[in-house]
Amino acid sequence: MSAPQAPSLVRRAAAAAAVLAALLVVPAVASTYQTQLLTYGLTLAIAALGFNLLLGYSGLLSFGHSAFFGAGAYAVALMMRYLGVTSMELFILGGIAFSAVLAALFGVVCVRHTRIFFAILTLALSQVLWTLAYKFFWITGGTDGLRVPFSKLTLLGGLVDFPGADAFAKFITAYYYYVLAAFCVCVALMWLIVHSPFGKTLQAIRDNETRARFLGVRIWRYRWLAFLVSGIFTGVAGSLWVPLNGLTTPDVLYWPQSGKIVFFAVLGGFRNFTGPIVGAVIFNYLEVYAVAVTEYWQITLGVILIALVTFLPSGVVGSAARLSARLKRRREALP
Amino acid sequence: MSLLRTERLTKHFGETRAVDGVDFTVNEGEFLSLVGTNGAGKTTLVNLISAFLSPDSGRIFIADRDITYAPVDERIRAGIARSFQLVNLFDDLSVLDNVALAIFAREGKTKRIFTLAERDTAVTQEATELLGQFGLAGKAQGLAGGLAQGERKLLDVAVAYALRPKLLFLDEPTSGVSTRDKAQIMDTVSSVVRGGGITAVVIEHDMDVVFKYSDRVVVMHEGRFLADGPPEEIRRNHDVQTYLLGTDV
Repeated sequence: MSAPQAPSLVRRAAAAAAVLAALLVVPAVASTYQTQLLTYGLTLAIAALGFNLLLGYSGLLSFGHSAFFGAGAYAVALMMRYLGVTSMELFILGGIAFSAVLAALFGVVCVRHTRIFFAILTLALSQVLWTLAYKFFWITGGTDGLRVPFSKLTLLGGLVDFPGADAFAKFITAYYYYVLAAFCVCVALMWLIVHSPFGKTLQAIRDNETRARFLGVRIWRYRWLAFLVSGIFTGVAGSLWVPLNGLTTPDVLYWPQSGKIVFFAVLGGFRNFTGPIVGAVIFNYLEVYAVAVTEYWQITLGVILIALVTFLPSGVVGSAARLSARLKRRREALP
Repeated sequence: MSLLRTERLTKHFGETRAVDGVDFTVNEGEFLSLVGTNGAGKTTLVNLISAFLSPDSGRIFIADRDITYAPVDERIRAGIARSFQLVNLFDDLSVLDNVALAIFAREGKTKRIFTLAERDTAVTQEATELLGQFGLAGKAQGLAGGLAQGERKLLDVAVAYALRPKLLFLDEPTSGVSTRDKAQIMDTVSSVVRGGGITAVVIEHDMDVVFKYSDRVVVMHEGRFLADGPPEEIRRNHDVQTYLLGTDV
């Protein structure tokens, strides 16, 4: 088996520190628009992290993660509209609670199945939620959705707010750092989870369910817990995304949103930790620029997806890692 | 003293009587070989005892506790572990992780979600030592999927052994390996299992291996026991010579 060798912990930490340093200076060197785009990318990367706990580490392909993303987004919008909440910290807690309840319930139904049956069940349940968002329009605002204006938002327990004429630029800069901090926490937590005994058990179940069962592992419990954690991460992503977007509509619950999350993982590569993160950020730019260039932007993305699956099945990061390993072996082979 | 007992254990697949009313006893501390021609019912019997299959009728007891309908995890807690005829490993995990995972499972630590697996020095150390016992210490950091067939067989046994069972079933631990590797594998397995004070039941086709390593041999034929006794007695048994030694082996 020719899997690329894992870099040492020190090299990983050094690479992470370099990336973090670069991310920290973005608002100082990039325009407000570019900072805003990257903020979107980081929120989507959190969703991809959560999704990949299922696909990459548990071997379960969910086509229903829009449900959790939407749950996080609607939790924020509903709390602002009906409870008058403005604190982003409370919004995140609300998003976690809402998506956790939803994932716990969906999980009970879905995780006893695998492969196409699991995928179809997640898709079906997410579409039930999408329909409910339409039908209960007097609560959800129907197709008009619910607005979440940044001017009403407060960060860090009310220490940071955004009144005044130049509030948008200030919001984008402050919110970028806020999302970056949340992203770092999510990455650290997920890294810990996938390297924990629980994470190793998930990988074992993915690789060989029969053998895992004969170690005494109750398979569905672990899958359920993975589903729950995955749903919560995706819910947090939805909560962070909605103030940036200023509005949530039933579209975030619709299946193309789930398809985008799958795309993040395929684009970056789902058999490695950083792949889906990179995939989410790249996808965000691809989508924005494809929309700007052509009205047939969906065709562009479709062609990219076909090319990826055909020529780079391990995704951008997976392929880069393989290439790097090959070059290293070639260097070592030289006299 | 008997560790495992079955009473009239039966499993049919359509018209085929794979296991036909078998009364099987395994005594504590013995190294027992279960032999028979292909289709004799050896693997089905082990599958029934390890909960891979459900019996049509009959009872299974371990240390006088009825486990006939207990799920896999309960049987493992009761002290039963097994390896597989076709090697069953976690190929994308390291060799060390394969064994460590069994230890985590045994210790009830697999639900730990916010601790690094490799920081559990007790588990890592035990896994490393166990790999040393099985002659796989040098391969610990490589992927299980990258091992040679003989090493995979040994790792398969090591993973089951790491559960520290009372009773270990080894389903053809030397199948598909060279004659030289067979001896090496059986020397290692026999030495580790006996050294660990674990009762073992080995399904094996190679009668040289069976006679060399077993304390007791049970011969199956068409779902029933044909003979049961020490290796020398089995070697002289007329029915065994007719149905087993004179045919496949």
